[in-house]
Amino acid sequence: MIKHDVLIVGAGLAGMRAALEVCKELDVGLLTKVYPSRSHSGAAQGGIAAALGNSEEDSWEEHMFDTVKGGDYLSDQDAVEEYVKAAPRIIYELEHMGCAFSRTEDGKIAQRSFGGHSKPRACFSADRTGHAILHALHEQVLKNAKSIKIYSEWYMHQLVIEEGRCSGVVVSDIRTGEVEVIHAKAVIFATGGYGRVFKITTNAFASTADGAMAAFHAGIPLEDPEFVQFHPSGLYRQGILFSEAARGEGGYLLNGNGDRFMEQYAPSRMELAPRDIVARAEQSEIDAGRGVNGEACIHLDLRHLGEARIMERLPQIRQLGIDFIGVDCVKDPLPIQPSAHYSMGGIPTDMHGQVVIDGDGTPMEGFFAAGECACVSVHGANRLGTNSLLEATVFGERTGRSALEYAKNAEFGKINESHEKARVLNQIEEIFQRDGSESYNDIRNEMKEVMMDKCGVFRDADNLKSCVAAIQGLKERCKKGKVTDKGQLFNTEVYEIIELGNMLEMAEIIATAALARQESRGGHYRTDFPKRDDQEFLKHTLVYPKNGELELKHRPVVITRYQPKERTY
Amino acid sequence: MAKFRIKRYNPEKQADAYYEEYDYDFPEGATLLDCLNHIKWNMDGTLTYRMSCRSAICGSCGMKGNGHALLACQRQAAHLLKDGSDTITIEPLGNMPVIKDLVTDFQQFWDKVDQVKPYLKTKDKPPEKEREQSPHEFRKIDEATTCIMCGACYSDCNVLEVDKNFLGPAALAKAQRFVGDSRDQATRERIKELSKPGGMWDCTHCGECVERCPKPAEPFYRIKELMAVGLKEGVTNNVGARHALSFVKSVKHSGRLNENKIPVESMGYFNIKGLLDLVPVGLRMLLKMKIPPIIHKPVDDVKDVQRIFEEFGE
Repeated sequence: MIKHDVLIVGAGLAGMRAALEVCKELDVGLLTKVYPSRSHSGAAQGGIAAALGNSEEDSWEEHMFDTVKGGDYLSDQDAVEEYVKAAPRIIYELEHMGCAFSRTEDGKIAQRSFGGHSKPRACFSADRTGHAILHALHEQVLKNAKSIKIYSEWYMHQLVIEEGRCSGVVVSDIRTGEVEVIHAKAVIFATGGYGRVFKITTNAFASTADGAMAAFHAGIPLEDPEFVQFHPSGLYRQGILFSEAARGEGGYLLNGNGDRFMEQYAPSRMELAPRDIVARAEQSEIDAGRGVNGEACIHLDLRHLGEARIMERLPQIRQLGIDFIGVDCVKDPLPIQPSAHYSMGGIPTDMHGQVVIDGDGTPMEGFFAAGECACVSVHGANRLGTNSLLEATVFGERTGRSALEYAKNAEFGKINESHEKARVLNQIEEIFQRDGSESYNDIRNEMKEVMMDKCGVFRDADNLKSCVAAIQGLKERCKKGKVTDKGQLFNTEVYEIIELGNMLEMAEIIATAALARQESRGGHYRTDFPKRDDQEFLKHTLVYPKNGELELKHRPVVITRYQPKERTY
Repeated sequence: MAKFRIKRYNPEKQADAYYEEYDYDFPEGATLLDCLNHIKWNMDGTLTYRMSCRSAICGSCGMKGNGHALLACQRQAAHLLKDGSDTITIEPLGNMPVIKDLVTDFQQFWDKVDQVKPYLKTKDKPPEKEREQSPHEFRKIDEATTCIMCGACYSDCNVLEVDKNFLGPAALAKAQRFVGDSRDQATRERIKELSKPGGMWDCTHCGECVERCPKPAEPFYRIKELMAVGLKEGVTNNVGARHALSFVKSVKHSGRLNENKIPVESMGYFNIKGLLDLVPVGLRMLLKMKIPPIIHKPVDDVKDVQRIFEEFGE
C-alpha cells in the first residue's frame, strides 16, 4: 500500500498550489489522470482577478461587491471577503515564483477589463494566463520534488471513508492497469469541472466529474449543481474557447444583422456584462432567428482593434481561429456560441477547504476540496471571468494549509485494503463482462445533446423532466455496452467508459437540481419562472444519494455586507 | 474517402509494431484528432492515444502525421492529404520508447527538463509587491513561455536521434525562459551548465524543431539566444563556444571558413586529448583526398565582408 501524509487528486492550479503548501512540512502525493502541465487550468486565457490598482484605483470591497452581484447574491459573503482580500498577495506570490505576467510601461503587472468587474483588475499573461500560472506552479512542484511525489496518468476511482473519516483513495495506474490503495491522513480533491456532460463545451476531454462523483458515492452531497456557466464565446459547433479578454480588449458582439445587440440587454456594460447575461442575450438572438446567416451562432468582431493590438494581447486567439476554422480575426469576425464552461457547484466546503456534509457545516474529517470541483461558494449562481484562476490559487493555498494542519495532528485512519481494492476491481470487471450491443459513443452523444437542448442556457419544467427521464434511460443502456480492448496496458477505452458512467450520474444530478429550483438566478434560467425568488430560493441546494435515488436538502447563504438587490447592468 | 494508416503496437498482444488501415470519409473542417476519435469510438476501441484539451494548449496529442511531429487536435486532416494522396500515415512521436500505439514514454523528456533547473532562481528577498519587469524584458521570455511540453520538437530532433545525452530542444527552450528572464539571478551558473557536453552547443542548427513547434516557442531560436548569452558572458572555455568564435574569426578574416583551423581552434590548442581525437578523422580525410587546401585564400571582395562586420559591430 502506498502511503502519503497528504494525497492530492488533480494537479491543476488548485492541486499544485495546495501541494506547495503541504510540502513545507509534510510529504505529499500529487495524483493526476493526465500530466500536471496538461491540466485544464492551462486552457484559461484571459486573466486572474485582484484589486492591485495598477492601472486604476481599486479596492477589495469593490471586487467583493462585483463578485457578489455577479453571483446573483448566492455567494457566501464571508468566504468572498477572505478570497478577495487574499487576491493581491496571491498574485504577488505567483509573480515571485516566476510566473510571466504582461506588464505596464512602468514594469508593474498589467491589468485589463473583464465582464462584471467594475475596474480593470484582470492580471494577465497575453491570452494564456492559465497556462502561465500552471507552468509557474509546475516549476515550483518540480523544485520541491523531494517532498512532492507526482503520479502522472493515474486514475482516482474511489474515496475511502472509514468510521466517518476519510483515510485514503483507491486508484489505478493507467499505464499498467494496476489497482492500488493510497493511505493518507488527509485527502484533497482538486479534480476540476464536468463541462463534458454538455454537447458544446470549452472543457477538455478530461473534465468528466470523476472527483464530484467519487465524493457523491461516498455519501457526500453536491452543492448547487444546477448552476453551470455557459461561456459566451466558444467557437461555433466546437466550443473551443475564445477568451472574454477579446471583449475586455474592446471586441464587439454582432448578430446576423450586424447589430451590437448587447445594447438591448445590458446597456451600461454592453459586451462586458457578466457571462450569464451575455450568453442568454446571444441565445435569445439565435432563438429569434437573428443568428449569423440564421445559424446558431453570432459574431465576435475584433477587426477594429487592429493587428498590432491583437498580436500583443490576443495572439493565441488569432492562431486558434486560423487553425480551427481558417478565420483570421484581424480580417474577419469569429463565429461563436454559448458553450458549457464552468461549474459553480461542486463538493461543499467551508472557507478553509474542509468538506462539509450538511447545512450545519458538519465536517467530513480528513477530506478537503479546492478549485472548480469544490463549492465554497464564492461564485454563487454565476462566476465572473478571471475569478476562477483566483479561486483555484487562493483556495488551493488555504486548503493545502488546512490539510497540513489536520494531517500534522492526525494518525493514519483505518483502511481495509483488500476490501477497498476489491470494490474497484469488481467495478472494472463488471465493465469487462458487459456483453451488450449498445454503443457507448451513441450514449455519450445523446447525453450531451439532451443536456444542451433541455438543460442548457434556457430551461423549463417540461424539458427538465424529459431530460431526467432521458438520462435515466441512458444509464440503463450504458449497462449493455461492450468493451473491445480487453488488455491491462494503457486501456483508455475502459477509463472512458468509467468517465461516461460518472458523467451520466452527474447529468442527472444537474437536471434534477435544476428542476427543483423554480426561479431564475445567475446561470440558472427557467423560462417558466423568469424572476429571482429570494423568498423561496435564497439558499444553496444540496443533493444527496439515497437508496439509488436523489434527495435534495439545503444550506443557508451567508450574507454579511451586501443585501440582495435587483441585478441590472 | 481517406485512408488512415496507423502504426499499432501492443506488447500485450504481439511483440512487433505493425500498420493498420482505417477508411474514413471525414467531414470538412475535421481535425486529425476528430478523425482518431471517430475511428476509436466507431470502428476500433483498442486504438490508443492521448488527448485532452483539443485546443492546442495541453500538449497531450503529440504524434507524427506523414512522418513529422504535430498536435493532432491542431491539424486539419485535409491538410495532411496533399498532392492527391488519399492516405495519412500516423505514428507515435520519435526519440521516445513507445508504450502502446501512439502513446510514448515521456520519462526521458521530463528528466531533461529537470536537468536545466526549470524554476526561477533568485538571491534577493522578493519585494512586498511584484518585481518590476518592463514590457521589453517580458518580450524576452514571451516566446519561450508559450511552450506546452508536447514533445513535438523532441520527437523530430536530429541530434537526439544520434545522441541520447543531448538535452533536446524543449529543455533548452525552458532554460532560455530563465536565462532570458530579467528576474532570474543564476544566468552565469545556468550558462556554464548549458555549455557542457549534451548542452546548447550540441545543437546542429538544423531548425527542425522550429518547423515542428505548434506554438511560438520555436526552440532553435531560443537556443541561439542562449548561445549569444554564453558568448556575452564570456563562458567560452568549451568546444561549442570556441567553434562559434573561430567560425566568426575565419569569416571575418577571409570571407570563408578555414576548415583546417576551425577544428583545431574549436578543440583548443592546449586540449591535447581533443586534438589527438581529431587525428584519425584527419588521416581518413587525407586518404579519401577530402582535405581542404593547405593554403587558405581569402575571397576576392573580403573587404566587403569586413565592412559588414564593422557595420554590425561584430
